[in-house]
Parts: sequence; structure tokens; C-alpha cells
Amino acid sequence: MAILLEKETKVLVQGITGREGSARAAFMKGYGTKVVAGVTPGRGGEEVAGTPVYNTVEEAVSAQGPIDASVTFVPGPALKGAVLEAMDSGIPFIVMPVERVPLYDILEMMAYAKLKGTRLLGPGAIGIISPGIAAAGWLGGTPEFAKRVFVPGPVGVISRSGGQSGTVPWTIKEAGMGVSTVVHIGTEPVVGQSMGDILPLFQEDKDTKAVAVFGEIGGPYEEEAASAVREKRFTKPLVVYVAGAWAPEGMRFSHASSIIERGRGSAKDKIRSLKEAGVHVVDRPDEIAPTIKRLIKA
Amino acid sequence: MARLFEYQGKELLKKAKVPIPEGGVATTPQEAGKMAEKVGKPVAIKSQIWAGGRGKAGGIQFAQNPEEAEKVAGKLLGSEIKSLTVEKVLVEEKLDIDREFYAGIIIDASREVRAPVVMFSTEGGVDIEEVPSEKIAQMNVDVLRGLRFYDALNLAITLKVPTQLLPAIAQAILGLYATFKGYNCRTAEINPLVLTKDGKIFAADCRMSIDDSSVFRHPELGIDVAREASTPPTELDNIAWQIEEGDLRGTCYIAQMIPEIKEPGVVGYHGIGGGGAILGVDALNRQGLKIADYADTSGNPTAAKVYRAVKVILSQAGIEGYMLGGFIVANQEQWHHAHGVVKALREDLMDKPGFPVVLLLCGNKEKESLEILREGTKDLPARVEIYGSDRVYETEFLAKRMKTLIEEYRKERGVKEG
Repeated sequence: MAILLEKETKVLVQGITGREGSARAAFMKGYGTKVVAGVTPGRGGEEVAGTPVYNTVEEAVSAQGPIDASVTFVPGPALKGAVLEAMDSGIPFIVMPVERVPLYDILEMMAYAKLKGTRLLGPGAIGIISPGIAAAGWLGGTPEFAKRVFVPGPVGVISRSGGQSGTVPWTIKEAGMGVSTVVHIGTEPVVGQSMGDILPLFQEDKDTKAVAVFGEIGGPYEEEAASAVREKRFTKPLVVYVAGAWAPEGMRFSHASSIIERGRGSAKDKIRSLKEAGVHVVDRPDEIAPTIKRLIKA
Repeated sequence: MARLFEYQGKELLKKAKVPIPEGGVATTPQEAGKMAEKVGKPVAIKSQIWAGGRGKAGGIQFAQNPEEAEKVAGKLLGSEIKSLTVEKVLVEEKLDIDREFYAGIIIDASREVRAPVVMFSTEGGVDIEEVPSEKIAQMNVDVLRGLRFYDALNLAITLKVPTQLLPAIAQAILGLYATFKGYNCRTAEINPLVLTKDGKIFAADCRMSIDDSSVFRHPELGIDVAREASTPPTELDNIAWQIEEGDLRGTCYIAQMIPEIKEPGVVGYHGIGGGGAILGVDALNRQGLKIADYADTSGNPTAAKVYRAVKVILSQAGIEGYMLGGFIVANQEQWHHAHGVVKALREDLMDKPGFPVVLLLCGNKEKESLEILREGTKDLPARVEIYGSDRVYETEFLAKRMKTLIEEYRKERGVKEG
């Protein structure tokens, strides 16, 4: 078991004929994901990585029947158009491994998703992977590398950082465990899925025994994880590391969302809020895996 | 830079029909005098710097006539206020203030909202964070619907603004929202929104920052470095930005943290990938070391891009070491990083015997990449230590190694110099 992606989840790749789109479609397929269609306007009728290409999402849905998830490989300024199109064709889950998306475009997507009841992962989310089941996005990179880094097991992982979405599972594997699903929530200033949205899904998943979170300064996400615990929407063991204890206010660190603004979003505040909710906050990243191990055994 | 100066923000507000005091920007005392003459009334001369509390720090002064304006501007221009150099002043009509309001828009990323929030307060002129919540009226805007005139009226009515002021205040809020939306702001504030003794409403000060990812849509703003920061870009920042602008393969992000190194214990820092880069710095700080710069090369950059980044990092005078903080099991092939780093180190460290270097590189093609690093640095006179994924999260260990190497390096130089 896993969350959000299952063996039978039918996945569409928007922008499938592009450099990233074609490479990642091949990766996802190679990893076992059920990639049923791709979309690039003006390229309908072609085939990429053995997958039929359509001109529009509507065309893809007409040919393939309802599609469960879309992964968008389009440039930031073009994302809004692609995502609105997918939502209008009734796709309920959209993964957006796209950075540098104009903020107002993001806000429009968020408002429309609320209206349609669509689950948006990202933007700036490199993806999601459930070892041995499926992957959406480019988390994992190649089937071989993904198999080496991600092994199946009882630990759910949520990360604010794309790179750490691979690194946390690696250290969990090194500690002799494995992961159920790994979710990168995204790096843009506003994202569609917070820790507060993902944790309840791990709560429902009977194979997830504990969750590890790689947190960062900026944004409301770690505080929302604390709320989920306080409100008992998540009751399993939760281990969190928050990076950026030293970071000064007002400067963005790599990710658009990693910025302490208006006195909010410091590591100190996040750690306090998590600790008050009873979450296991570790001081160093190398303590994540051993702490998880101890809590699962307990 | 994505943050705008007051005078730039006011120009945008003017276009959106928000009244602003008469005046304009000046870069020389003579220009300031001419501007005061044009205004024809007593003027305020306001330093254009990115800092709150300018007034208290002496950055805002007044003048009765053009001669005095020229003199005052002469004092402000080139001076340092809150450790920022004043390069421009805004010369504008001095307002006769009766009341001060506040209007602002921020983006709320929390899961219940994920939308712009418009705020209005009858307590203007102070930091909005210090205003009690019952004195702030706010509304989450559904961007598919937009902000309407009556929404703005209702916000002001909530706080019992007198009827005769309502239309002008609502118009100002609407204008602010139009600017926020039209220029893709991340934040936009008018503080204070002033009511003058003769009953008029003016945006007396404003603060705006444009969303980094939307800057490309507004070339007219002349923003060179589209990057959120609390201070204007340094020379090094601008050089680093050119690396990024000229080569879109992967990202290279460099921000100088200490423009002039005056103390020991400062390291040239080079992380890989946002989260990992940050956690390396946490560990260095715990060891009492500081970073001269925050650099991050990720998203599968070319060796050439990595090379340029390392050259920029090593160019900082006064650094006592270089750390490649690859705290990431990256799915990109790491040999690009290895080649880029080696080329730069070979060029810059041949004449720096004992210079401390700690390299951590993990992920895809790690074995080959570490071999490139070892081969490429083995004849360097520098102190080079190389680590891989068995140490990926051992941030403390690596920071301690950096510290130890620096101590050895200092001792060695101390002996030689003595």
C-alpha cells in the first residue's frame, strides 16, 4: 500500500514531447507507472516512449477513458494553461515538477482547484514515488537509481526539498528500513499540498507506521504538520528536521518558499510549534533515521 | 532586485489612480533643488533605501525652499543610513497630516487560504505587525472573482471610517490591488495612507516587492537581479547572476552574505540543492564558522556552470576555506560537479599551500565522481578532504573537519609569518 499513486493509477504526461517530458515519461514507465497518454499541442498522433501523444487533454481522455493523474513538464509561464486544461478534463490529481511559475498564475490555479476539488502537488514538486509501485515526476531519476535509493518499507516521507526527498529515504535504507511513499510538496511560494494535507493520507495508509519530514524555514507547512498532530488528524510517530536555524530574515534560500518573511517562518518558531504538539524534532539530519527506527520498534 | 524603492512603487500607484504627493526622484543635490522648485511648496526629502525606520535614523528630512532642499539632499546623498548608502532621494510635497491609515496585500500560503489577503487598518504609520488584530480588517480574495469596490468599502466600514472618507479610501485600496495584480507583487503596502488636514487621501509611503518568477513580465521595471533579498545586490551577486542568466542548464544561485570579510572563521560555501545546502550551513554555524556566501548549484548544471560558481566563491578575499556541501543523494550524475570543482580548484589553489577544502559529493555516479575529485586534487598543495554518501547526513562531522583544517591552516601560517 501507499498513498496517492497505485499500481492501477492511469497517468498522463503533459509536455511529453519535450526534453524533460520524454525522458521522465520513459523513467516513469520503466519504473512501472501506468503512463497511458501524453499531450503536446500540434504533435497528436506521434508516440513517445511507447505512449500515444494527443493534442489536448480532452482528446487523450476521449481515447483512453478517465485519467487519474497528470504530470506536467512545461515551462513555468505555461503551467497555468496546462493545469487549467487538465482540471477542465476532470483529472483529479496533478503533479507539477515546475519551478519559476508566476505567482499570480499559481494563485489562479489554486482558486480553480478549490472550485473543482482537484488535488495539486506543487508547483516546484519534483514528484512522488511509492517504491515498487509507481512514480510520478522525476523523483528517482532513472529506474536503476530509483531502485537503489528507494526500497519499500513502513516509513512515509514528506520533504520541502527535492534533493532531500531522495536523501532521507537513502538514510532510512542505510538504517535497514524502507519507505511507503515519498512526497515532495514543492518549492514555490504557494503550493497545493501542505504537510497538513499529506499527513492524514499517511494516517489512512495501514502500511505506513511512521512519517519522516524534512522541513525548512519559510511558509506555514511545518506549523500545519503540528496542527494535524494537535487535531489528531495524524497520530502515528512523526519525526521532523527543520533546516535553516541560522538563516537571516528577508532572504530567499534557493527555494522560493524558503524565506523568513514579516517575522514568520523561522526554524525556531517551527520547532517550538512542533514540539508543543508532541512531535519528535531532531536537531541534526543524521538523527532522522535512527529516531524513526526507535519509534517504530517501540 | 525584486524589491522596489518607494519612488518606483509610487509611480506604479499613480498609474492605478492612487493619489501620491507631488514630486520626484533625484540623484544629485541640484536635481533635488529643481524638484523642490517644481513642487513650489515645503518638501520632504526621503532617502531611497530598503530599510524600515528610515525616519528615526535621520533618512527623512524637510526643507522650506529649493535652496534648503539642495542643501539637505547634499547631506543625505552618499551618506550611510542603517548601513545602506543613499543613492537617490525622493523629493515631494510635505503633507499636512491629520490621520494615518494602512492598506496592504500579502499572499497567505496556508492551506485554508492560498490566496491574496487584503488588509486595512485605521492605525497607520507603524509596523502592521504591532497593530492589534481588532484594528485590522482583512479579506481573502478569490482571484477568480477579484476585489470589488464594495469589498474595499466594507473593509473600511468595519473599522468605522467616517462616511465622507469611504470612497477615497476604497479607491486607494482598489488601486493598490490593481497594482498588486498587474505587477505580480509578492507584497504591496501603503503605509501610511494619509488623510491631510484639507481632507485629501494620499499614499505617503509604499513598499512593494515583485514576485521573482514574474519579473520577466515587467522589463519596464528594470530589475537586474530577480531575487528576494533584504539588501541590494553586491558586485559579486551581479557577477554570479550573469552565470545564471547566460546558462539555463541547471541553476546556480549565489548570494554574498558578508561583502567584506573582517574576521576569521569565514568559509566560501557551495551547497548542492536547496534543502541540503541549508543544513550544511546550520552545522558550520554550530561550529562557530560563518559563510561568506550562500551558493547552490543544482538541477543538473553543466560542469562549466559549476566551474564558474566555484571561481566566484573562491574570489572572495579573506575566506579561510572552501566547502562543497553536497548533502544530497542526487539523482543527477555528479561527475559534472566533480569536473567543474576540480578545474576551479586547480586554477586557484596552486599558490595557496594548506588552504582548507572539504568536499562532499554523493548520488548518481558517485564512485566515478569521487575518483575525479581525488585524481584532480592529489597534487594540490591545499588541504583537501573528500567524502561520499556514507557521510551524507553527517553534517557535524564535516563541519568539524572544516574547523580543524582551518585551525591547522592558521597555526601553520602563524608559524611561517612569525
